Amino acid sequence: MSSFRKSVSGLLLSLVASAALADATLLNASYDVARDVYKDFNPMFQKYWKAKAGESLELKQSHGGSTKQVRAVADGLEADVVTMNQANDIEFLADKGLVAKDWAKKFPNNASPYTSAMVFIVRKGNPKAIKDWSDVAAPGVQMIIPHPKNTGNGRNTYLSAWAWALKQPGGNDQKAQEFLGKLLKNAPLFAAGGRDATTTFMQRKMGDVLITFESEAEMIAKEFGKGEFEVIYPSLTMQTEFPVALVEKVVDKKGTRKQAQAYLEYLWSKEGQENAAQNYLRPRDPELLKKYAAQFPAVKTFTVDEVFGGANKAFAVHFKDGGSFDQIYVQK
Amino acid sequence: MAAKTHRVLPGFGLALGYTLVYLSLLILLPLGGMILKASELGFGQIVDIALSERSLAAFRVTFGASLIAALINGFFGLIVAWILVRYPFPGKRFVDALVDLPFALPTAVAGITLATLYAGNGWLGRYIEPLGFKVAYTPWGIVVALTFITLPFVVRTLQPVIEDIETEVEEAAASLGASRWQTFVKVIFPAIFPALLTGFALAFARAVGEYGSVIFIAGNLPLISEITPLLIISKLEQYDVLGATALAVVMLGLSFILLLAVNVLQWWTANRHKNNEPLEVTAARAGGAA
Repeated sequence: MSSFRKSVSGLLLSLVASAALADATLLNASYDVARDVYKDFNPMFQKYWKAKAGESLELKQSHGGSTKQVRAVADGLEADVVTMNQANDIEFLADKGLVAKDWAKKFPNNASPYTSAMVFIVRKGNPKAIKDWSDVAAPGVQMIIPHPKNTGNGRNTYLSAWAWALKQPGGNDQKAQEFLGKLLKNAPLFAAGGRDATTTFMQRKMGDVLITFESEAEMIAKEFGKGEFEVIYPSLTMQTEFPVALVEKVVDKKGTRKQAQAYLEYLWSKEGQENAAQNYLRPRDPELLKKYAAQFPAVKTFTVDEVFGGANKAFAVHFKDGGSFDQIYVQK
Repeated sequence: MAAKTHRVLPGFGLALGYTLVYLSLLILLPLGGMILKASELGFGQIVDIALSERSLAAFRVTFGASLIAALINGFFGLIVAWILVRYPFPGKRFVDALVDLPFALPTAVAGITLATLYAGNGWLGRYIEPLGFKVAYTPWGIVVALTFITLPFVVRTLQPVIEDIETEVEEAAASLGASRWQTFVKVIFPAIFPALLTGFALAFARAVGEYGSVIFIAGNLPLISEITPLLIISKLEQYDVLGATALAVVMLGLSFILLLAVNVLQWWTANRHKNNEPLEVTAARAGGAA
């Protein structure tokens, strides 16, 4: 597997790099597919910081499943900053006292420097004419998604469909749950993770629609060719956030608060925002969003805070044991 | 003077001490920690978690698929081991080395490869799915993954034992008039049965705990193809460490009971055949019975 080889060579590189002298070292604990974003971002920040503060910084990355990463930080992985793809993972660190309670207000935009949206990927020509969530739930359509209970990607899809059903005429929680029941019947399997779902859909040719991050569509184009699929934007979908936070305990201990703060702030700089856009993540900067308009078509989105009253609450109601997801499968 | 037993290896006390410390560090400490953690929950709560519909379904899938996989390997693994020991053929060393591959391959790679192979458009899937056998993304996919992962356990356990049975024993049985079937059932099988049980138990135990390969081929649908380790991961996703340990402890308990049963069976068969007669005598008896 090339990603495995990449991570091994990345590890070796970082070992070699740590031999070089640096004034300070920052560790960024991040989610799995953020590799590309920070691979480009880190050298940019190093250059910026060298010019601004005259310090040469060493930047290390640690990538893994979002929840696994925060658990590692809670268990003592000395990360200066966490850059995640789910707010409830950072909430967990806040509960443990590692991250400020008001972390979401420490940076602009809910502390999320860029966003993405959940979109439909359908086969070329859209043979099943899938335009919106109701089409995905129609009989005879197969939907490929990662496990809604165990993956952030799957949870976002679940909540997107729920929010859409709520907003339909006469929509309420009960109807939304019924709709999700119909929708999930169309899932012949739950993939182990986002990339596994992509492989199942693109390579094994299973299913009629894959639901994933907008940014993932570009990865698919690189890997499988642009002509193989189409991206469909449903009438309402989730704006997914990628929150960042300072790990207060670690930066105080290591004396790296200044550098870590600057590192995260730099994500909102023109360069940082442009880098996000180039990695197919929607920048917060309205000018850049306009510049990359062809890449990011206008889409009606909602945030978890608006519809579900926060990531933690959404998780508790829908994905905890006995939550709405479990109720759909265990109707007793 | 008389009481001192003679031991071949010196430093028995030191070696025993080392063994105990080593086993404690590696096995007792983590397991003890796990049980201690689970004991933060009351017994009632652990039972509730274990008896929830999803857990029960997952236990059924996990133990059922593991059992089938271990049985399949008990049969075919025996054949592979027998062929590898008894018959010379070109490329034998190569085939012998192949048996170890499931040990070496990262389990996730195994799972992805098997899923690709058995999916509807895969090399195997495209032929078997039209026949009505869906393997990938069904519980049978789990069985396939577990069978792959656990093959070496049976083969490697049986090989040295089969090597120990000299061909003369078979010849003796034959010369005394035993049919091929009698030679196998009365002479060879009893000699390898304990090792077969060990291999079966190892394969089974390994299969119960397997996660990496299974999740890529199982389909992971609640109540249908979710394995217990997936539920444990699911609990960890919820930061429910206690619930996860509770499931783990129950799983460990069930595995322990099953392994104990296998051990008892092994002990019983070993005793039954422990009339201390050399194999040649057994062979003679088998021949005499003919």
